Amino acid sequence: MGEMMSKVKVSTTINGDPVEYLCDAEETLLDVLRDHLGLTGAKEGCGTGDCGACSVVVDGRVVCSCLVLGAEAEGRKVTTVEGLATGDRLHPLQQKFLEFAALQCGVCTPGFLVAAKALLDRNPDPTETEIRFGLAGNLCRCTGYDKIVRAVQAAAAEMRKG
Amino acid sequence: MRYEAPTTAKEAVRLMAGKAGMARVLAGGTDLLVQIRTDRIAPDLIVDIKRIAGMRSIMTKSGGFRIGAAVSGAELGEHKALRRAWPGVVEAANLIGSIQIQSRATMGGNLCNASPAADSVPALVAAGATAVIVGPRGRRSLPVEDVAVAPGRTSLKKGEIVEAIVLPKRAPRSGDAYLRFIPRSEMDIAVVGAGVSLTLDRNGVCTAARVALGAVAERVILVPDAAKALIGSTVDQAALERLAAAASAACRPIDDKRGTKKFRIKVAGVLARRAARTALARAQGK
Repeated sequence: MGEMMSKVKVSTTINGDPVEYLCDAEETLLDVLRDHLGLTGAKEGCGTGDCGACSVVVDGRVVCSCLVLGAEAEGRKVTTVEGLATGDRLHPLQQKFLEFAALQCGVCTPGFLVAAKALLDRNPDPTETEIRFGLAGNLCRCTGYDKIVRAVQAAAAEMRKG
Repeated sequence: MRYEAPTTAKEAVRLMAGKAGMARVLAGGTDLLVQIRTDRIAPDLIVDIKRIAGMRSIMTKSGGFRIGAAVSGAELGEHKALRRAWPGVVEAANLIGSIQIQSRATMGGNLCNASPAADSVPALVAAGATAVIVGPRGRRSLPVEDVAVAPGRTSLKKGEIVEAIVLPKRAPRSGDAYLRFIPRSEMDIAVVGAGVSLTLDRNGVCTAARVALGAVAERVILVPDAAKALIGSTVDQAALERLAAAASAACRPIDDKRGTKKFRIKVAGVLARRAARTALARAQGK
């Protein structure tokens, strides 16, 4: 029933690469990333913008990709957790999350990494309070957050050294 | 569902007015997409207004500000002149949700979602803001307090869109503030919200004031009696007590899981008094 009409053609940039896709008007950016493009790093936790597991960066701002339509990405620049590492070299945040055991089940981790990178891009030397505020939109039901905060502090220190 | 992203207000209005079924404006999407995904609404058409330049910018206008309906909370918070002139409005908008939500959520959307607990709305009402509405018959302005009529319902007619919110020119020695009560420190829906804006003369006497309350009625309410308690006073303790009593008296809240009627009535007075103190300090340049 009018299915062809509702398909939206989108040209966008994801992790630096030009990408084109067709999506339904109802589909979220999260649906597109996971189901059409095979970028399954972003997770659907709640689907209502509360948990942050689907965090991605769009035009320099961290958003919940479950609350963005796939169609809205036209002409934008999207960064997902898959864009953090450089080839085989993990991003300092990823490395510190491993070293500090800042994850258990791992479902929230891609969202935390993306949100933490967005935080450090704006504020390379955040206080603990700023880190906790900056990551307040990301829920973790395993770690109790402390190891995540320590990992972000350690990554920030390393990144400041350059 | 069909998705459209027009680049002019005229085209957006044509789309909104033309569709026979349900059409919805998409600004930040932080309420709309949740409503769609939880099957509370099933629009036939989504009109994304974020490609319309005039709805994405903050402009100074006659000494005041014209804030496009699709300007995000993050953008409001980064606008230094706006924050200096209307700190209460910006802090209210910035209280909504996480960093992720702030990247998207807009005051235009907060207004049109028509929640009685919308955080930015009491601050806007206290500020004397007007909504610029564009529709099939052209543009009109409406005081912000007249946009929502009931939970989830606005006074906008078919095809009409809130295009911008206009904040008036600030008189010298003015200040505003917004406070809300939530049972945790961040990211929750207001149990009560209170916005206060006031202006002092050279002697520190209050010459103008507006007080608005959220989450204590079917929509955000302006409380003229609470403002009257301040006008003509130095915003001293006695005036603040009269303000609190008037604020509590204006409440007609419901009991729900977030708070009882009795609690909301009491807290409305307390928050109005505290917000007035902050507005006073700001008006005094403290």
